[in-house]
Amino acid sequence: MKQATQTAVFCGDPARTDLPAASRKYLGVLTAMLLTCVPLLTAASEAPPAPAISPPAAAAPPDDGQWTMPAKNYASTRYSELAEINEGNVKNLQVAFTFSTGVNKGQEAAPLVVGNTMYIVTPFPNIVYALDLSKPGAPMKWKYEPNPEPAAQGVACCDVVNRGAAFADGRIFFNTLDGHTIALDANSGRPIWNAHIGNINIGETITMAPLVVKGKVLVGNSGGEMGVRGWVKALDAGDGHIVWTAYNTGPDKDVLIGPDFKPHYEMDKGKDLGVTTWPPEAWKIGGGNMWGWISYDPDLNLIFHGTGNPGPWNPDLRPGDNKWTSGIFARDPDTGAAKWFYQWSPHDLHDYDGINEQVLLDMNWHGKPRKVLVRPERNGYLYVLDRATGEVLSAKPYGPVNSSKGVDLKTGRLVENPDKLTGTGKVVRDICPTASGLKDWQPSAFSPKTGLLYIPHNNLCMDEEGVEVNYIAGTPYVGMNVRMIPGPGGNRGAFTAWDIAAEKPAWSLKENFPVWSGAVVTAGDVVFYGTMEGWFKAVSAKTGDLLWQFKTSSGIIGQPITYRGPDGHQYVAILSGVGGWAGAIVSGDLDPRDATAALGFVNAMKDLKNATTAGGTLYVFRLP
Amino acid sequence: MRPVVALLLFASLALAACQREERDTRPQSALGSGEQPTPVTTLEPGGQRPAPTDNKAASFEANAFHLSEGKRLFGWFNCSGCHANGGGGMGPALMDEKWIYGSSMESIHATIRDGRPNGMPSFRDKIPDDQIWELAAFVRSLSGNAPSSAAPSRNDDMMAHPSENRMPDAATLGKSP
Repeated sequence: MKQATQTAVFCGDPARTDLPAASRKYLGVLTAMLLTCVPLLTAASEAPPAPAISPPAAAAPPDDGQWTMPAKNYASTRYSELAEINEGNVKNLQVAFTFSTGVNKGQEAAPLVVGNTMYIVTPFPNIVYALDLSKPGAPMKWKYEPNPEPAAQGVACCDVVNRGAAFADGRIFFNTLDGHTIALDANSGRPIWNAHIGNINIGETITMAPLVVKGKVLVGNSGGEMGVRGWVKALDAGDGHIVWTAYNTGPDKDVLIGPDFKPHYEMDKGKDLGVTTWPPEAWKIGGGNMWGWISYDPDLNLIFHGTGNPGPWNPDLRPGDNKWTSGIFARDPDTGAAKWFYQWSPHDLHDYDGINEQVLLDMNWHGKPRKVLVRPERNGYLYVLDRATGEVLSAKPYGPVNSSKGVDLKTGRLVENPDKLTGTGKVVRDICPTASGLKDWQPSAFSPKTGLLYIPHNNLCMDEEGVEVNYIAGTPYVGMNVRMIPGPGGNRGAFTAWDIAAEKPAWSLKENFPVWSGAVVTAGDVVFYGTMEGWFKAVSAKTGDLLWQFKTSSGIIGQPITYRGPDGHQYVAILSGVGGWAGAIVSGDLDPRDATAALGFVNAMKDLKNATTAGGTLYVFRLP
Repeated sequence: MRPVVALLLFASLALAACQREERDTRPQSALGSGEQPTPVTTLEPGGQRPAPTDNKAASFEANAFHLSEGKRLFGWFNCSGCHANGGGGMGPALMDEKWIYGSSMESIHATIRDGRPNGMPSFRDKIPDDQIWELAAFVRSLSGNAPSSAAPSRNDDMMAHPSENRMPDAATLGKSP
């Protein structure tokens, strides 16, 4: 299963086997490190020097053993400093307790742990549970049922998922499928405020996990398949009122583009590009939704968020670059004012939403210290951006890509492959990656100990046929027949460790189904992720060797976390329950004889019904 | 005579003030007024009664023109956006043997017209009634519930599944895996 082995740049680890041959740029640095390391190795010292790549301290404070937001910290590293569970003893992990969420839909959420309490939010109907970790078996402390409108299920594009809650200032913040953001008292579960910000009658839903920054709850909408105009709102954490709203299409004043807006590339400069890069009025129903991840850099006082695909999928119906869809914004969290923008996929042809996670890191790039943002993007490239300016430093494919031929670093523009242009009335075959991307929403993890980014992702290709489509508010606006097939090699998923400095993979594991779960990595050099068959796996952060696995009751598409329990010991938690776009065939009981079911994903997942069944269970593990 | 007139006048005024609440003691129809709801369950207290039928159902069901129109409208009204080409997505699959709200023409017509609580929108006043019947007939053909002589044949473009006139009856042969 292992394709290549290569450890990254760091010293003081006796288990280290070889030094990276690829980091020729750092040969001098490496030699120096090697010289300092050799005596350390012989002395078997455990103290590593400062890592060459690390998140900014302000965005990734020292680990307190809690897990208060799905991405662990504002830098979105999903890295835990806990090391009680390590490469040597992880094989002894056993179940500490389980808990049924009572909802058999796709469980994409990350549990949160604050103090002695664990918080879980379920898919629709978005029930929030608080579990008391200080008592045996973690009994329920309270539960809160928001009772969202059942009709919302009919406008949720890809299962009725929820990606988690966020904790701040004694409150739990979460979103409901029918467009509410709710603040609960973390102790009692009592609702403090409830803001209705999405309208299901135009196809708007909310599935993302909010992020709380400087007393504001940041929330974006879903609905890129329904012709919904994308936005990000900042709600006051105190009372829920809207502080600012930034649209991702339309005139500059709606997008909050002002004098501070300084994009790096020419293609993103100009007045009202959110209007002029569309056919008349099309921006009003043009997508660009924000249903993924937000990161925050306190030093630069910037938030970073992606924008989703333009609507409809059929590109013939929206000539132009379709700003500001399939890109990334840097904004001032206080006002929402845009600072820079970069478009991953101008005039997107293949539903390449740009909403994946962004990992904030400080590193030497070609000899110069840079503040970077690392993004494994849906279009198949692993981008390294200067997060102060939006300049692309690197964009290398991390899997099979033929829909484009690379990224022009001078203009910043994706170079499209003319053989894979989609349009009305023609079937284009074998486009890689698929509409679901080389990687979809499933977040990766970064370890400063190894310098590697651990990317759960897909390996799929597709046929696409553009068809005419009518806009009817509150119904899908897609205009594309899609059927997906396994990618090169036949494995539909992969788990890749990417050496950021060397711009190439260190190792990659093949998985039969798309790896639709998130990842977490620890100071014990263990990486956790789940598979859609239901295996929860622990692999070595250095080599990818499988160290332990446990078969849960249903396929895993959730986000693993690790925390220090009230007893002082390290625990690992994951929600099991298949679904999401990839698992909709099971959670929605779809019919695999239709190759285009679930926007084409079912064709690649025909056998999933034989591999797993729907579920919804929390598993928590610990050492005996 | 004058007191008598006064008394009559008073009595007529007093009686006029007492208006009795109108009560319809004999409802005109046993099924109530307006459109007849189609039951979505076979469980009926006192035993199952024959479901109300609509004359239009039969005239649309086996008609090749209406079936092919239904197929066209299935794309035009974005039914395919949720139900794909019958395999489902945001909405349930239509080509399998499972029916949440009934498989009859009348039930499917009611589902499209009135919507259903877990996400099916109501297209009342958005799609003309006859076109709803055409859609209902086409939906039945997806699970092999239309005569093969009348159901649509193969597409000119990407084939999502075998053509409707070759679909086996989902309730017997073509069970979803």
